[in-house]
Amino acid sequence: MDMAGWLRQSAVMPHDHSDHDHPHSLLPPEPALRLKALETLLVRKGLVDPAAMDAIIDTYENRIGPRNGARVVAKAWVDPAFHAALMEDATAAVSELGYYGRQGEHMVAVENTAKVHNMVVCTLCSCYPWPLLGIPPGWYKSDAYRARAVREPRKVLADFGVILPQDTAVRVWDSTAEVRYLVIPQRPDGTEGLDEETLAALVTRDSMIGTGLVVSA
Amino acid sequence: MRCLGRAADDGAFDMSRVHDMGGRFGDGRVVPEPEAEVFHEEWHGRALAVVLAAGFLGKWNIDVSRHARECLAPTDYARFSYYEKWMAGLADLLVAKGIVTPAELAGHADAGLSALAEKKRGAAEVPGVLATGGPSERDSTIAPRFGPGDEVVTRAIAENTLVEGGHTRLPQYAAGARGRILRLHGSHVLPDSSAHGLGDAAEPLYAVVFPAAALWAHPEHPGDEVVLDLWQSYLSPA
Repeated sequence: MDMAGWLRQSAVMPHDHSDHDHPHSLLPPEPALRLKALETLLVRKGLVDPAAMDAIIDTYENRIGPRNGARVVAKAWVDPAFHAALMEDATAAVSELGYYGRQGEHMVAVENTAKVHNMVVCTLCSCYPWPLLGIPPGWYKSDAYRARAVREPRKVLADFGVILPQDTAVRVWDSTAEVRYLVIPQRPDGTEGLDEETLAALVTRDSMIGTGLVVSA
Repeated sequence: MRCLGRAADDGAFDMSRVHDMGGRFGDGRVVPEPEAEVFHEEWHGRALAVVLAAGFLGKWNIDVSRHARECLAPTDYARFSYYEKWMAGLADLLVAKGIVTPAELAGHADAGLSALAEKKRGAAEVPGVLATGGPSERDSTIAPRFGPGDEVVTRAIAENTLVEGGHTRLPQYAAGARGRILRLHGSHVLPDSSAHGLGDAAEPLYAVVFPAAALWAHPEHPGDEVVLDLWQSYLSPA
């Protein structure tokens, strides 16, 4: 079929791609209505509590997010004992700061240097260290990032405006198991006198995934 | 049983592999976004919350829920946005586990109180449940076969060897590739087993590093590497 024919068919039969064998196709197709139908059914059956749903949303909108990871990074920059503990056993080290939980049960910290730049992806789904970084950004969950990060990390970094020197190797971590990776970005020059809190404010979410660099203010 | 409790001769619900997109060509640029934007639409947050809250019922584990999303038809997987995949996977799981009926899902039946209702968690319990998480590390009788520095080769065929069309965490792009053990993570639940009700089957899990040239015909840079977490049964000595 040529493109014009395909477009005509798509216009006439907008649902010809959907799969009517799977139970989910019984729900309304429009996403917000689909959510409403699912939520209403589960609440009516006593299976979920709407107040518990509100608490989950509040947790990830307001309580757990990338500022947690930023505090870990800043502490690692200024506190050699914490840095050593973090590199040795990240799960234990960040737990002591109160950062443990769902999607962060097994943590590993990987450190960027002038020689190696680390970057994290989950090609199979969207695995991400929730207790330290919160809910993954849209781009982390996108097909483009999942498909391209392993094959052409430098072109992906360029999409973020990051150009690495040729003598810096890129090491991409594909999170295929329940281990979650936190990138410890390089501390920028000119930040020697700054305290932990000021340093933490410089640390971006993307720098802890490895798609950004930390720059001094 | 392959997917969602369907009979083995029903191929319609196998994992499609469309989710296994690492290294695929043809996707566009990655579009960065501001850090403050947690949920782009109101229903995104509620979709995440309904999936987590239903998971609190304890009727499935993380491997089962991942596999449910992987069993979406390839056309649906490609056209659905992220949280639409989550909702579709949840709806399919609820029916497969007998927790809701297709008629209830379609709005054609009056839904009564479920026998599972007592397992529902209230708002006060949410912080505790999220803080507890679900560790995958287990004791195992399987001794580590490899140590850091050992050269290994991954399975040539990136398929579940226990269940036809079943869940696995070896991406196709890393099948049959030669790499080197970086570290042992301890023993962890094997998703190939756990996703299909076959038990935890914990075994040693390793971070394995591959030179980009072992994975791609045209690596971007000769010094670049990709690391994957791989279970011992995915690996052979090189």
